[in-house]
Amino acid sequence: MVAHAESVTKQRHPFLAFAARWLFTTNHKEIGTLYLWLSFLLFFIAGTMAMFIRLELFEPGIQFIEPLMYNQVLTLHGLVMVFGAVMPAFVGLANWLIPMMIGAPDMALPRMNNFSFWILPFAFTLLLSSLFMDGGAPNFGWTFYAPLSTTYGPPSTDFFILGVHLMGISSIMGAINIIVTITNMRAPGMTYMKMPMFVWTWLITAFLLIMVMPVLAGVVTMMLTDRHFGTSFFEAAGGGDPVMFQHIFWFFGHPEVYIMILPGFGIASQIIPTFARKKLFGYHSMVYATASIALLSFVVWGHHMFTTGMPLFAELFIMYATMLIAVPTGVKVFNWVATMWRGSMTFETPMLFAIGFVMMFTIGGFSGLMLALVPADFQYHDTFFVVAHFHYVLYPGAIFGTMAAVYYWLPKWCGHMYDERLGKIHFWTATIAVNMTFFPMHFTGLAGMPRRIPDYSLQFAEFNMLSSIGAGLLGLTQLLFLYIVIKTIRGGAPATDQVWEGAEGLEWTIPSPAPHHTFTTPPVIAQDPEH
Amino acid sequence: MIQRNNKQALLLIALAIGMFGFAFALVPLYDVFCELTGLNGKTSTQAALFEEIDKSALPPDREVTIEFLAKVARGMPWEFRPVDSELIVRPGEMNTTTYFVRNLVQKTVTGQAVPSISPGQAAQYVKKIECFCFEQQELPAGGEMEMSVSFFIDTDLPEEINELTLSYTMFHVDDIPHDHLIEQVASHQE
Repeated sequence: MVAHAESVTKQRHPFLAFAARWLFTTNHKEIGTLYLWLSFLLFFIAGTMAMFIRLELFEPGIQFIEPLMYNQVLTLHGLVMVFGAVMPAFVGLANWLIPMMIGAPDMALPRMNNFSFWILPFAFTLLLSSLFMDGGAPNFGWTFYAPLSTTYGPPSTDFFILGVHLMGISSIMGAINIIVTITNMRAPGMTYMKMPMFVWTWLITAFLLIMVMPVLAGVVTMMLTDRHFGTSFFEAAGGGDPVMFQHIFWFFGHPEVYIMILPGFGIASQIIPTFARKKLFGYHSMVYATASIALLSFVVWGHHMFTTGMPLFAELFIMYATMLIAVPTGVKVFNWVATMWRGSMTFETPMLFAIGFVMMFTIGGFSGLMLALVPADFQYHDTFFVVAHFHYVLYPGAIFGTMAAVYYWLPKWCGHMYDERLGKIHFWTATIAVNMTFFPMHFTGLAGMPRRIPDYSLQFAEFNMLSSIGAGLLGLTQLLFLYIVIKTIRGGAPATDQVWEGAEGLEWTIPSPAPHHTFTTPPVIAQDPEH
Repeated sequence: MIQRNNKQALLLIALAIGMFGFAFALVPLYDVFCELTGLNGKTSTQAALFEEIDKSALPPDREVTIEFLAKVARGMPWEFRPVDSELIVRPGEMNTTTYFVRNLVQKTVTGQAVPSISPGQAAQYVKKIECFCFEQQELPAGGEMEMSVSFFIDTDLPEEINELTLSYTMFHVDDIPHDHLIEQVASHQE
């Protein structure tokens, strides 16, 4: 059968053969590559939208884009970054790494894997095509609160709904694949408590995805029937309640924010031990901390909507539950620091990004604690302080985590070392730019600058100009990242099999670049002497 | 292995479908939760029964101020306002107040009023015996009328609540394009 497939390929035009290879591939490494490139492309598209936002906010007043256009760009920036850049990047890393880390030949359900990737380009074509439609793209923010998205949504909202459905199906299939792979395909002797932390965090993330993506699908379905089929889920006139939209949305939305950070925790837990040349401190507590963060994420959605009016006991419960999340998160940060403590540390680019991740994610965590306080939240709500908070956990958190992972595993993927000097330049410029962009937002937010408004009072002018300059620099540094990645793929010093001196794990036992098929016979897992 | 994979994948798909259903189950759950806590200030749209209460058991000086508000939803071409802006009432006693409506367009329009109580915790203690919000109201072109609401405040009303607001929003029920109605209202006002 293999011979037959090859003979068919040979008769094809080279372009068709190339297209067929990527369209029909069921190889986890190729699908991982596809995911990573798609997320990179969408990262640049959504980043361009961020540039428009910062351009408009460079000075007070309306200069470059009309308010309605500003709302559209803002909405798509959020949606594409969340669903198009961060999530597919993590799924791409999972595809590449999980089978290699647990000693499996491939993902458990390879055809479903292919399908879950190839839905995505169509989902984002639907979503982004709304920019060119009559009435414009969705303009209600990435949280699409009713009735802005139901009664007052532009006609293109239906394209958005369909796009979200497709993304949801893709994520659910991806998550199912990851769970089945991890539970069934581990090499003999690879017990759950021997799995690398990245695999653990992804197992928990995949369960979160299966639990909440269907709820997102449910809420957009309710929107669709409210818009076109006469139901009144969110319409007060028909007995519905628009506030209920927010409850259902955030029941999805809060676990979603952990979906966007837990794999990042896993990446930091892989990289820091390598460059500290010590075992990860407190492996078991890391696993339990991740699981408790995931469980708690289901009972704290109300902290996104304290100002909607809630009974006092509900506000108190949600406030305490939210602050409780700081405990397992603190355990993780403590363990990372303790891993570095008295380690033989070196500071290659992946390590720099991982340390940057720990430090700046913690800043975002602290502003999250401030937002959890009910009385204080009434002032912070819907200000730039919130924008500063979630960009600190997402940019130096999720995105720095992904970049750390790319620098760390790229030599394994393509067999070449990246340019260390350029990598360090990338890290330091990105770190300066990210702080320049987002740190001033804390101050403008506390002083009362509302989010999602294209104009602002004069007293915020300096901070906003600083943010905009930082954002421009941040955009440019990512072009440098693109250049580094392409340069590494095309050539560079050959990488050894282990790549990093202190690296441990099954993926470092196979040749670099990783061959098309790995672990067709299960590897032998060293038994722990203590068991 | 493949069989086990498929079985597990099917279980997980069932879980995903179950969670999709759960999203819809949240709708009635939310309603129950709101009823118990008064989260969204909705009052029952069912008539309550007025029971005679032993007046001597009531604190003689307990008085509650209830304010009345009215607004129309976007695209509803009616004038809608309370006749009395507020009443001072005693819990356990029957009260009646009226709202005035006028149709501003040359066309029959049907409306539905949706009540809301603030603070939300007070919602379950405001009992309506008769209300125009229990059914849809129809007004002929240019017609006007007064509509009444009869209610009493439950004697169990928590002591810390001494002021509450009953607000109605009037929504249009007919399928008339919004822009068309807004034009008519505009021309009427000229």
